[in-house]
Amino acid sequence: MTAELRATGLRVEFTTRSGRVARALDGADLVVRAGEVVALVGESGSGKTTLARSLVGLTRPVAGEVTWDGKPMNRSTRGLKELRRHVQLVLQDPSGALNPRHTVYEAVAEGLRVHKLVARSDKTETELVANALASAGLRPPEALFLRYPHELSGGQRQRVLIAGALAVAPQLLIADEPVSSLDASIRGEILALLLRLREQLGLGVLVVTHDLGLAWNIADRIVVMYLGRVVEAGPTEDVLTSPQHPYTQALLSVVPEMEGLEPIVLRGEIPDPTRIPAGCRFHPRCPALASGEADEVADACRRTPLPVLPADPEGHRSACHLVAARGGVSTSSTDQEEVST
Amino acid sequence: MSTTLLELRDLHVTYATGDGPLPAVRGVDLSVERGQIVGVAGESGCGKSTLASTVLRLQAANASVTGEVLLNGKDVLTMKWGELRAVRWAGASIVFQGALHSLNPVHRIGAQIAEPLHVHTPGLNDDAIGRRIGDLLEQVGLDADRARSYPHQLSGGQKQRVMIAMALACDPELVVADEPTTALDVMVQAQVLSVLSDLVRERGVGMMMISHDLSVLADLCDRITVMYAGRVVEEGPAEKVFAAPLHPYSEALSAAFPRVGDPAARFAPSGLPGDPPDPRNLPGGCSFAPRCPRAADVCLPAEPALASYDEGRTAACVRIEPSGELVETTTSDGAHP
Repeated sequence: MTAELRATGLRVEFTTRSGRVARALDGADLVVRAGEVVALVGESGSGKTTLARSLVGLTRPVAGEVTWDGKPMNRSTRGLKELRRHVQLVLQDPSGALNPRHTVYEAVAEGLRVHKLVARSDKTETELVANALASAGLRPPEALFLRYPHELSGGQRQRVLIAGALAVAPQLLIADEPVSSLDASIRGEILALLLRLREQLGLGVLVVTHDLGLAWNIADRIVVMYLGRVVEAGPTEDVLTSPQHPYTQALLSVVPEMEGLEPIVLRGEIPDPTRIPAGCRFHPRCPALASGEADEVADACRRTPLPVLPADPEGHRSACHLVAARGGVSTSSTDQEEVST
Repeated sequence: MSTTLLELRDLHVTYATGDGPLPAVRGVDLSVERGQIVGVAGESGCGKSTLASTVLRLQAANASVTGEVLLNGKDVLTMKWGELRAVRWAGASIVFQGALHSLNPVHRIGAQIAEPLHVHTPGLNDDAIGRRIGDLLEQVGLDADRARSYPHQLSGGQKQRVMIAMALACDPELVVADEPTTALDVMVQAQVLSVLSDLVRERGVGMMMISHDLSVLADLCDRITVMYAGRVVEEGPAEKVFAAPLHPYSEALSAAFPRVGDPAARFAPSGLPGDPPDPRNLPGGCSFAPRCPRAADVCLPAEPALASYDEGRTAACVRIEPSGELVETTTSDGAHP
């Protein structure tokens, strides 16, 4: 069986300075298996970065569980260290994530040293660092060993970060906005690298992004989040060519140069997570509800909470009363607040 | 009168650096008419932000500029200080890249928008200024009472709108927007872009918009200028430059942003290997040749000049045939009628 990282009913809360509780994640299910590329998309504030951080134990959920390979996450220092040998996080913003006083060699070797991987390998540290840099497309690797981050271009820094993650030979890579700060020309190079790593090393990749074009470029599956919950998930072709949820439809319609789609520009921004709207959390901004298209289910939209979409690596599902009423492949037939698996 | 709003003629900008002169802009011609949005595209380091800063003579102190920057027919580069001061904000204004850092964190939004008003319309009393600020904020889709907020109380998209409101404060004829939506997410980007295009349509201002994202420019602009290593490599109607680019560099930029739903882009992200050349050490011949998938010996002798093609397009590449088709072109999909 392929290794998989699974989150079930994850709930993460932060207390704001005024004492109110913000629910950054409000019951999120997700599964990523080695060998597949999954895109986690949504606006700023949708909880996608919080979910990514929770998956490697950087944020502690108040409820729910993360399992790797079927085993629940062990939150002890040793347990997390073991998990991160298999699941590596590549942080957003390659300029901020690298220590400016460490050379490229040190940045990449750090993971090897933390996990004492040189002793377990028949290769030297230098060889392992060189291999990781080469896998990340930095050739010849030796030429970069003694460079500092400020001497590198944005694309090279992003590759160094990826090389640092690859050095520990993980099975899964979680990349938070890997190309959002990069030039158009480098973007494709980094995305091609992620695909190549999947092919050559059987790596699984969870890429966190707000860019649907990126998802279309590289992802097998798409998971769309809104205000701490997954609202639609499915194979990329299905979700992006026939989106079910009005939120996904709106996101897709504003991608520049989408032909044949009238742009649906949602007003305002994601609401404050200290005040999650009742009923469907998207209803205050929902274009289907505003236009009267969803009149048949308007009451449910305003009052009845939707269940958590279970993580399903095969099907196309969405959490929407309208989709359910029209007999779409939604799971919202039940009124329960929480559904496990 | 029908003078062009903004006209750059043979603009050169060279920075004096410790490692010798760095030519950032090398002979750019560009014009913006009233009611028109002109996009300038290119990678980091292609000179597009330098270009923007010279429009209001805001270039760094170590930059030497030659050529002409004609705003309503008057050369900004040779204006007297008083004239220049009158033109800034009221004649033309700039929305800078990175709104998150351009606002003063210890002043309220309203006070920051009022600043150019105080300078340029001294007769205005406080009530009138307050009303004007409210109007401006509403124009960019914010509540008028946002004037009392501090920058940290706003989201990235809201700050970017404040920057736009500020740029509009003195009713400029020209707005220069430098990467106005970079770092914003898709929905907020769509909101900001619709604010900008409404402005141009309703108020007839001219706009020069700078971005590395050709798909955003294609959506919004009338014409697009593509720059590489300080020079214009292609210019033409926005849709044409994006959907059927002539220059191989424009083609690479266009392909970097896939059309969602295009089967050819599935699992085939398109990039452009290599980095732009060091302006201090440009390759001989066509400066794009070292990265160009179509480079041949014919590209090496000299830097190609801009040549004209059908439909008012120009491009600087010797590998384009007179018909306007690229040699060995493989463009098949996504072309607009």
